[in-house]
Amino acid sequence: MDITIHTTSLPHDDPDASLAFYRDVLGFEVRSDVGQGRMRWITVGPAGQPDTSILLAPPAADPGITEDERRTITEMMAKGTYGWILLATPDLDATFEKVQAGDTEVVQEPTEQPYGIRDCALRDPAGNLIRIQELR
Amino acid sequence: MCQSEWRRARVEAQRLADLARLRRVRDRIDREYALPLNVEALARDVNMSAGHLSRQFRAAYGESPYSYLMTRRIERATALLRRGDLSVTEVCFAVGCASLGTFTTRFTELVGMPPGAFRRQAAATAAAEPAGAAGPASQREAGAAITVDTVEGMPACVAKQVTRPVRNREAPAAGQPLA
Repeated sequence: MDITIHTTSLPHDDPDASLAFYRDVLGFEVRSDVGQGRMRWITVGPAGQPDTSILLAPPAADPGITEDERRTITEMMAKGTYGWILLATPDLDATFEKVQAGDTEVVQEPTEQPYGIRDCALRDPAGNLIRIQELR
Repeated sequence: MCQSEWRRARVEAQRLADLARLRRVRDRIDREYALPLNVEALARDVNMSAGHLSRQFRAAYGESPYSYLMTRRIERATALLRRGDLSVTEVCFAVGCASLGTFTTRFTELVGMPPGAFRRQAAATAAAEPAGAAGPASQREAGAAITVDTVEGMPACVAKQVTRPVRNREAPAAGQPLA
């Protein structure tokens, strides 16, 4: 078996806002951008790591999702209880300094956790929780 | 788009904007729980009355903002008490509680024992076990409502979430011995 984790997906509700966040705040490169309007699929990822991507996708695009389910998903996104991802960096303080500038929503400043890690947390514009953990 | 569809879309957009506002309040509690926050100030910053914020927050998250704030503080307090280098009073103030009485009451409700007992038990466990070698059985004895033996191997941030004390899931009262 030789399997890598290639792409994971997070929902957006405003493709331009999400694109700007991942490109300008997190410094990711934009690898592809297809579709139009709210139906856009945008692939981003860290420079120098072409094998790992995040796909920013419209929520509930699957036609099998009912209207009630779609409403629940968009409400959970707005509440901040839907999508999340764990990122990591060797220098958490420098990363936090950069990403908290501007109007990024900070959920947790860099904190030493009792279970032995140090991390911070942000929101992306769609309400997804972005945790960043220090590599050590 | 006909008029009723348009109206429905507007109502839904407003609902999502309101939920995003509640999310910002909740995130602020997570970020600033150690400050002397109160519901009036939280509400003012999102242009709501305290009563309206409390009702909306409870409808969205299942508990009031005050309850969420206290739960967050008690969660952090358990971590600080485990460290063993701070007194209960120091921990109470460090997590943003102004009243030792309120802190002790809420701590006891959520964790199942008063903070002083929790601190002594954590110290006893730390003394009995070399760091990192604690077995599941001893952890269960010392773990009170927050056991760590079930979260091994989980990403730490997930472990944090599942071991977080939850309002409405208070520690059960000590079991009554069978007659």
